[in-house]
Amino acid sequence: MTQKLLEIKELYAGVADGGKEIVKGLNLTINAGEIHAIMGPNGAGKSTLSYVLTGKSDYAVTSGEMQFCGQDLNALKPEERAALGLFLSMQAPVEIPGVSTQAFLKYAVNAVRKYNHLPELDAAEFLKLLRGKAKEFEVSADMLKREINVGFSGGEKKRLEILQLSLLQPKLAILDEADSGLDIDALKIVSQGVNQWHNADNGLLIITHHLDLLKQIKPDFVHIYADGRIITTGDMTLAEELEKNGYKNYVEMSK
Amino acid sequence: MAQKTEIEDLSGDKYKYGFTTQIEADTVPCGLNEDIIRLISAKKNEPEWLLERRLKAYRHWLTMTEPHWAKLKYDTVDFQALSYYAAPKQKVQPKSLDEVDKTLLETYDKLGIPLKEQEALAGVVAVDAVFDSVSVATTYRAKLAQQGIIFCSISEAVQNHPDLVQKYLGSVVPYTDNFYACLNSAVFTDGSFVFIPKGVKAPMELSTYFRINAQNTGQFERTLIVAEDDSYVSYLEGCTAPQRDENQLHAAIVEIVVMNNAEVKYSTVQNWYPGDKEGKGGVYNFVTKRAACRGVNSKISWTQVETGSAVTWKYPSCVLQGDNSVGEFYSVAITNNRQQADTGTKMIHLGKNTRSKIISKGISAGFSNQTYRGLVDISAGATGARNYSQCDSLLIGSTCGSHTVPYIRNRNKSAVLEHEATTSKISEEQLFYCQQRGIKEEDAVGLIVNGFCKEVMQKLPMEFAIEAGKLINISLEGSVG
Repeated sequence: MTQKLLEIKELYAGVADGGKEIVKGLNLTINAGEIHAIMGPNGAGKSTLSYVLTGKSDYAVTSGEMQFCGQDLNALKPEERAALGLFLSMQAPVEIPGVSTQAFLKYAVNAVRKYNHLPELDAAEFLKLLRGKAKEFEVSADMLKREINVGFSGGEKKRLEILQLSLLQPKLAILDEADSGLDIDALKIVSQGVNQWHNADNGLLIITHHLDLLKQIKPDFVHIYADGRIITTGDMTLAEELEKNGYKNYVEMSK
Repeated sequence: MAQKTEIEDLSGDKYKYGFTTQIEADTVPCGLNEDIIRLISAKKNEPEWLLERRLKAYRHWLTMTEPHWAKLKYDTVDFQALSYYAAPKQKVQPKSLDEVDKTLLETYDKLGIPLKEQEALAGVVAVDAVFDSVSVATTYRAKLAQQGIIFCSISEAVQNHPDLVQKYLGSVVPYTDNFYACLNSAVFTDGSFVFIPKGVKAPMELSTYFRINAQNTGQFERTLIVAEDDSYVSYLEGCTAPQRDENQLHAAIVEIVVMNNAEVKYSTVQNWYPGDKEGKGGVYNFVTKRAACRGVNSKISWTQVETGSAVTWKYPSCVLQGDNSVGEFYSVAITNNRQQADTGTKMIHLGKNTRSKIISKGISAGFSNQTYRGLVDISAGATGARNYSQCDSLLIGSTCGSHTVPYIRNRNKSAVLEHEATTSKISEEQLFYCQQRGIKEEDAVGLIVNGFCKEVMQKLPMEFAIEAGKLINISLEGSVG
């Protein structure tokens, strides 16, 4: 029996406190082991969708359902969603001055472990785990000592996001433009990291504009997203067709 | 004079009515006059010169008016409504921790204070009982005495080391200095005295923690630290545990004298009752702290973590007299709810090649208001003087206020002065990023704030620093969400 990770039904959401509606009647189910890609024109509300799912306070659900591992996401705080295994690799990870990357990562790993009733890792155990992963993602010891994301290049920020994915081992990961600002080598590191993490028990939702990433991380489903909902669903051939002809026809369809 | 007779009655034959009368005798009527001061002095068995000083200060205080230049709003203090002599209070002692206020115990737990110490702090047992009877305190003192270090209460010092006290008391902060210092000079109750003789490095951190819990030093604390040539001492004031105090007005003086090549590190963690969420109650903390670097190559370093009090008025200062002397000020001030703080430092450069450094980190949350007020003063003779000032403010939410008021007065062309100031806000984006990685919003605030003031926290002695870090988190509880 396939395990449902995420089930979204007729979801409407928008800017909090009665602001603009951005998600308009979305339906999407992601089962364990699946990779989904969402593609769509600029301003379609793809990033907003990722924030609604992860609970950013700027946005609010107006109607519809979103279940994650059988729990109503809307009833959970962002940190609870994260601790349950919902991870968002952000498009533009924010800088937090004064907080060292290493300290932040330890804090995050232990917060999630604590929530799941696992013993927290002490400094030595954590360092052992971190050093192994850091090597994989070519994150230097120096980078780990720096303040989190402060002065990091685009590539460094994205590698750090995937390093966190690998440390936290979520059940469902959303990659929001994980490929933006990456050179070929960095793209390889990021996609290898994701592929290594992905297995039959977890799922992946990729938000992207480009075929490059999808060639590295092969999606089972490709959705075209416009005007707050999925217009059409296909496989990799749909993505290839998009690359040739653009979104124009699909945007027309959504109107 | 009716009042005088009353006082004479009260202070007269203590034992006439037995034990109960003795308690009565230790409570003087509210208000302030020369008789009250004579009474305080008599009770402490003080020498004539000290009484004369107190009276002189009192007479001068009558000519002064309360300062109002700070950015603080509070009800005027009725000085005649205060009691100026309170002997150790005969409070009803709780019999066990079960009888102690629950929120207080929760705070102790969050700070990680061991159970035995919790009992002492809550007044269930005497401090002596915690530190294995009287022995620890005694061994501690004996060890210091071997090296000629004097560490005792200022009252004891007046009795046992009158020459030293007479020589240095009031030599850094004269009674004419300011309204509150003048009041303190007239009515101070107790405090600490530290004397480090020539060439001696204190073998341990000296802490009021060991002494202050044993007796109520009252609201007019007086501390004097003297470091002779080539000596060193690190002194810790206060305690991270919350201090509930009935006294609303606190006006303390700390004086430090540093001689040739000597160094004093003075660290404070202040956690007095800040009042409730609406700003009711809470301590007014009007403190004068000043160190005189009298000798060449002398050094003073102030480190403070201020989280308590309803109203704070405090400017630990350095008078850099000796050539090449160094003054440092590291400060973290946190205000939440309706707290107000006007705090900073004064660096007075008199000697040649004197150097000073100011690192101030202010965190405001809730409806609180905070001002950094600092003076860098380079006198004409201070050739080659240097100052570096950095004042950073962090705002949490949109209802608090933060202000930076740096004064710079320079009368020597060779001086090099640098000033940097930043104001930032914890953004929704930062909090969301932390939450998305499983960190609770409140913990995220703590993480960010601790990162923001890391530079200052690192200056605290190790164990103190860990507790102070937890204290910061507790102080900011309820500041988000």
